[in-house]
Amino acid sequence: MTAPALNTSATREMRSELLKDSLRDYGLLFSLLLIVAFFYVITENHVSVAPVNNTNLVMQNSYVVIMALGMLLVIVVGHIDLSVGSIVGFVGAVAGSLIVYQKMPYPLVIVISLAIGAAIGAAQGVLVAYGRMPSFIVTLGGMLIFRGLTGSMLLGQFVGPFPRGFQDIASGFISNATEFAWIDKALGAWGHLKWVSLIVGVAGAVVMFAMSLRRWTRARAGNMDAEPLLLLLGKNIVFAVIIIAVAYNLALYKGLPVILVIMGALTLFYGFVTTRTVVGRRIYAIGGNSLAARLSGVKTERLIFLTFANMGLLAGLAGLVVAARLNSSTPSAGNSFELDVIAACFIGGVSASGGVGKVMNVVIGALFMGVMNNGMSLIGLGIFWQQVVKGLVLLAAVGIDVYQKSKG
Amino acid sequence: MAAILEMRGITKTFPGVKALSDVNLMVEEGEIHAICGENGAGKSTLMKVLSGVHPAGTYQGDIVYRGEVRKFAAIGDSEHLGIIIIHQELALAPQLSIAENIFLGNETAAGGVIDWTQCFQRARALMTKVGLRESPNTLITNIGVGKQQLVEIAKALAKQVKLLILDEPTASLNEADSAALLNLLLEFKAQGMTSILISHKLNEIAKVADKITILRDGSTVETLDTAKEPILESRIIKGMVGREMTDRYPPRNVEIGAELFRIDDWWVEHPQHSGREVIKGVSLHVRRGEVIGIAGLMGAGRTELAMSVFGRAYGRNIRGTATLEGRKLDLSTIEKAIAQGLAYVTEDRKVLGLVLTEEVRTNITLANLEGVSQQGVIDEAREVAVASRYRQALRIRTPSIHQRVVNLSGGNQQKVVLAKWLFTEPKVLILDEPTRGIDVGAKYEIYGIINELAAQGKGVIVLSSEMPELLGVCDRIYVMNEGRFVDEMPAREASQEKIMASIMRQYGTKS
Repeated sequence: MTAPALNTSATREMRSELLKDSLRDYGLLFSLLLIVAFFYVITENHVSVAPVNNTNLVMQNSYVVIMALGMLLVIVVGHIDLSVGSIVGFVGAVAGSLIVYQKMPYPLVIVISLAIGAAIGAAQGVLVAYGRMPSFIVTLGGMLIFRGLTGSMLLGQFVGPFPRGFQDIASGFISNATEFAWIDKALGAWGHLKWVSLIVGVAGAVVMFAMSLRRWTRARAGNMDAEPLLLLLGKNIVFAVIIIAVAYNLALYKGLPVILVIMGALTLFYGFVTTRTVVGRRIYAIGGNSLAARLSGVKTERLIFLTFANMGLLAGLAGLVVAARLNSSTPSAGNSFELDVIAACFIGGVSASGGVGKVMNVVIGALFMGVMNNGMSLIGLGIFWQQVVKGLVLLAAVGIDVYQKSKG
Repeated sequence: MAAILEMRGITKTFPGVKALSDVNLMVEEGEIHAICGENGAGKSTLMKVLSGVHPAGTYQGDIVYRGEVRKFAAIGDSEHLGIIIIHQELALAPQLSIAENIFLGNETAAGGVIDWTQCFQRARALMTKVGLRESPNTLITNIGVGKQQLVEIAKALAKQVKLLILDEPTASLNEADSAALLNLLLEFKAQGMTSILISHKLNEIAKVADKITILRDGSTVETLDTAKEPILESRIIKGMVGREMTDRYPPRNVEIGAELFRIDDWWVEHPQHSGREVIKGVSLHVRRGEVIGIAGLMGAGRTELAMSVFGRAYGRNIRGTATLEGRKLDLSTIEKAIAQGLAYVTEDRKVLGLVLTEEVRTNITLANLEGVSQQGVIDEAREVAVASRYRQALRIRTPSIHQRVVNLSGGNQQKVVLAKWLFTEPKVLILDEPTRGIDVGAKYEIYGIINELAAQGKGVIVLSSEMPELLGVCDRIYVMNEGRFVDEMPAREASQEKIMASIMRQYGTKS
């Protein structure tokens, strides 16, 4: 046998495959940076990177990121959820009505609203997983039903305003150390900086650096395939710079938005679930081959059900965020959000046939959409043309993806 | 006789791999030319070069077809000249009729409008030619694999085939359908058609081929002429593996112990048609260290039996009892079946056995993630250790355990499936067609693994439509037909004739 010769060439091929995978990931990040740079250059006085704009950007797009995390799982498991935009509207309407008309305390309303979102997702999940109805149709039904219920509940009215605490979910900031007079005084000219934001950013960058180094040394020790150290360091330095730059940028304005903390926590959580847990592994296995997964003892129905319930929960959260940000419940809240969310997933490289997709890439995909929306508004491009551009970008992103796969 | 096709010095490289190196193939007009070789020997690549899937310019060497050097840029070019390939995975549209499929892409149409009268007339003529007795209106999904294969051949005839290439045509056919297909080839030969037959089934090749070209590791080893000397299967194998394989089955010498697992009076109804019994009162038992086989024709109900036992993965209204080590089993879900020590290695590894887009590592641990995790969190280091251990133990040839299984050869994919089930630490293993579509060398290794499992005191149940395989690896054989066990015999007293006889005897008493 020519085994040894074959082996080395195959190893080389595998290495290059690994490299291609990571190049794809970095390609996505690179395009995001590219588009940020583009709007930096093209907008007047570079307003696209002004701290106030970046803060807005985070707040405006938080709902896409939050729901894209759930949609990732739904698509990976081999389904789709078209109802999320309507759930956003419906949950917002319920929350608004409970706060304004029923005078319920808002923490209780938050809990109820999340439960309603999860229940809607669970109901659709039952039909898809156990009833074996196509998810496209089930959630199309859900989309119509809950949009209709939203309208009939609000009767064309805006319901609001909401208490400060509730609004803070979407537009609050983590309170700042400089509120203590003595610290403020000690900092002198630097007192205007929102130090907490900067400290959290630096700490995040350091933790990320330490963790990826630890993973790398472990992989080395365990004789696993580890990327070259130089690449790892370079990559981490780039990431650290980005994180600290964003943190500094936000620190120049009002500091760290509450919603950014929520988004960050959710991203870390779902990143962990998808890569490190048994549940995550099984969801990917179902998406890759549901028959094989079932015959391996995976409870496919239960997991499909759970991904839908989870999607509903996140859509409920997004509903609260949207209502809190607008400071009112409106009949059109969440209109066509499902399209933004699904587009974010596909721009992030999630496979439409299931089984493949990464949390980090989906978040980048969502940010990509957000930066585009924001930038196009800043340069005064009409809303209709914005849609055209977004559609073209989606096609281009998936087209590049397909092209790369057919080549490799 | 003149050569209809000559492929000279064909060399084809993929990034990092030389798939073909200086391959020569000479096919004469009117013969059946068999191509043999282990998986990965380059048979399919060679045929892809011939048909234009790999267009001219992407390989070195010449294709001379009917006296001219040809440069095919696409499949259409070679089909136009009468070179038609029938692939192992049939390319039929299941929801279209036989007639529509026969003329798919070659419609009897004028200006884009189909002439149905002509379509049906010609379809009928072609169907008679291939011996397919069905209405041309019947949907493909409603006929068996054997008949679907005939539709493929009719489709080739409709394209004025001059050189018919069949890639593993009998891989999924039962003995009777295979024999019919081979006879059809012989008939076509009598009418002057040339065919190239790619097959793993050496007995078939020995039966119909005029010449046999053997490939190994991307090169031509030799071309044997059956007119000059009768070719024995062992002779072909020697060429394929490059050494004399005196024994196709590893020797085994296992102490058979006490009874381990038994099924009593097992009845199963069809999942869609309630009341139609698919398994009718089957009972079997396996002892520790014993390998039992279940023989039978396609459709006898072997897979249905195995899947119904394995956590009711098939059928409804399942009745009967299953006992392991004297304890009655609760087999109501697959999870419970696995937890109680059952493993079922599925028949179709690509569709039912593997998550092709995932790595070797994750496929191996899929059925026992609890074994590499704590509180639902996977310990990656432990998982890597487990995967590496099985990679070594089963000699899975892969550059890394992080390789996606889609890139592995059939034999190695099968080993990954085996590894997955071994990691669940089963007491009883049911292996459904464990060596289908894998080459002789890998088969031998799989048989070795089966022996080793038996030696560890496990009970092994092998389901196979290849009778020699059952005779080679089993201690005892059950014969199954139409949902019943019709006979049982120790393997050393069994023979293919005896097994066929017990199947036929049942038909005899029925009529």
